[in-house]
Amino acid sequence: MSADFLYGIEVIINGLMSGVLYALVALGFVLIFKASGIFNFAQGVMALFSALTLVGIMEGQVPFAHLINAVFGTSIHNFGWTVPAILAIILTMGVMVIFAWMVQKFLFRHLVGQPHIILFMATIGLAYFLEGVGDLMWGSSIKRLELGLPQGGSLAIENLTSGLGGDDFYGFFIDKLDIVATIVAILLVIMLVAFSQFTKYGRAMRAVADDHQAALSVGISLNFIWVLVWSLAGFVALVAGVMWGAKSGVQFSLSLIALKALPVLMLGGFTSIPGAIVGGLIIGVGEKLFEYLVGPMVGGATENWFAYVLALVFLIFRPQGLLGERIIERV
Amino acid sequence: MLYRESGDFKTSYKADNQTFPIAFDRYRYWVVLAVAYLVIPFVITDYWASAILVPFLIYSIAAIGLNILAGYCGQVSLGTGGFMAVGAYACYKLMTAFPEVNILIHIVLSGGVTALVGAAFGLPSLRIKGFYLAVATLAAQFFLVWLFNKVPWFFNYSASGQISAPEREFLGVAVTGPNTSAWASYLVCLVFVTACAIIARNLTRGSLGRQWMSIRDMDIAAEIIGVNPLRAKLSAFAISSFFIGISGALFFAVYLGAIEVGEAFGINKSLLVLFMVIIGGLGSIFGSFAGAAFLVCLPVILKLIGVDLLGWPTDLVAHLQLVLIGFLIMFFLIKEPHGLAQLWNVIKEKLRLWPFPH
Repeated sequence: MSADFLYGIEVIINGLMSGVLYALVALGFVLIFKASGIFNFAQGVMALFSALTLVGIMEGQVPFAHLINAVFGTSIHNFGWTVPAILAIILTMGVMVIFAWMVQKFLFRHLVGQPHIILFMATIGLAYFLEGVGDLMWGSSIKRLELGLPQGGSLAIENLTSGLGGDDFYGFFIDKLDIVATIVAILLVIMLVAFSQFTKYGRAMRAVADDHQAALSVGISLNFIWVLVWSLAGFVALVAGVMWGAKSGVQFSLSLIALKALPVLMLGGFTSIPGAIVGGLIIGVGEKLFEYLVGPMVGGATENWFAYVLALVFLIFRPQGLLGERIIERV
Repeated sequence: MLYRESGDFKTSYKADNQTFPIAFDRYRYWVVLAVAYLVIPFVITDYWASAILVPFLIYSIAAIGLNILAGYCGQVSLGTGGFMAVGAYACYKLMTAFPEVNILIHIVLSGGVTALVGAAFGLPSLRIKGFYLAVATLAAQFFLVWLFNKVPWFFNYSASGQISAPEREFLGVAVTGPNTSAWASYLVCLVFVTACAIIARNLTRGSLGRQWMSIRDMDIAAEIIGVNPLRAKLSAFAISSFFIGISGALFFAVYLGAIEVGEAFGINKSLLVLFMVIIGGLGSIFGSFAGAAFLVCLPVILKLIGVDLLGWPTDLVAHLQLVLIGFLIMFFLIKEPHGLAQLWNVIKEKLRLWPFPH
């Protein structure tokens, strides 16, 4: 096998792994969209916020330290303790549940029955709000997330595969973190599917997704389910935030991964969990391959737009996405 | 009493079909125009022009453009920033390629170029609807910005990748470049705003506007009663992009003078213009102005209060600004989903009954 071909395979493998991460963010979107019809633009900012909160709690930062210092002229920054990672993750999850409850209580309860576009705009407002709150609470500097996850290229795989392609080929370079992320994402998907298929609340969630009024009439509390769904989305956001945060530091650009998840959703269909995963993989592989094969000819950085154009072309032939529910229109 | 639909008798078709058939609206319109053209150019200062008035006028054009697409035709677009970039770069290329042609013609032409690009990106709207379309327009946003960043022809092979507007004059007065006086850039923008607003107002109450609105309300039903969806949707995309292109050209040539495309026309610009349309009111020309004014003034006011009055650090104020903008958007959507334009309607209702409300 020639070295170029093997490098191509390496690109595909790396594409699959980043595709898993896109799928992880896209899952959060699908959960909320299915259950409440809200297209949650704030999902990426939720990932950023949860990662910021996690780092902040672990390092014992004082929330709103900047604001407090500016108003009262004090200079406090740290409580002076550090919190172990597991406890910090649980506390962060608690924060995300409170956030989910507040979103439901103060925002979407008042917007029931509004057109979808208004709900969508509200989540954009929510994204701005949450981003500002995150910066106010924990400061806007780039933070490192130290959870003890393995980092760097995997030497074992590199050594194992280096003999495949002759002298020009040095083995597959695969980041250990990507492997961990893939495993975590697969576990998460299995958990989510198991939750929605085999538990009482999971069934209630699917019922709400099917038909709000029918679900109400058999005694399912819509409010509770929506809080639950937003909490789940918060949990997914936390996982995504941890993975991306460990990869590239916790910073504002983390919230932009939401924009990466949008073409994944279009491709897979807004309403389908398997669609989000398949779409994520297609986009991950597609954009890496395109960048590898065509990128050098047109100046690079094609990853910024390739996913969108791919999804756009795809949608022209299949307007509901790969696995989305068929759109039936009646007058 | 003050605001009356009745008692204003028309004796000709021309009078009946004028842009503002109601007397009060007409007077208000003339008063606003008189203040804008005859008072403000003489009292304007550099700070007011660059901080509030010029961006307000430019964003108003963009908001009117997006409102035609999203508010009247119901096709939500997140590609406004990309289309503004098309306008800006078209204007730049035209200005440097044909220096002897009048700058105002260039600006209109760059609107035309943007209209073509917009119509091309509007083609998928015939197949894709709703959120799928909104996300699909992001393809335009990212692709166009990338294109202007990576293809050196667009920025004339300059080393920095930036484009900067050369100095151009109109009737002997500099309107672009560093020597432009505040009143000149204000007046140029104002002329374009006036023209765009009048065109938009008349388009939306004419046959084309009615076609757009029927597509917005239900496209299948509209098709059944004989509206051609291809024509209606593509014309909405083209005309909306025309306005957005003009605003992009003005933003580059008259307001900033030099831009870097990723910074000036990123996704945030798209969202900002969309907020203006939503806060102002979907499907209302007045709303576009109100939304633009609101979102242009808000950061200025916050900075005045936060930095100058309270002496807080600028980054803290910037974060607070994000929180406040987000909060206000949510607040408006809950309290007044139809935007500031609806408030104006409420005021008109009050004026109609005043001074005898019962």
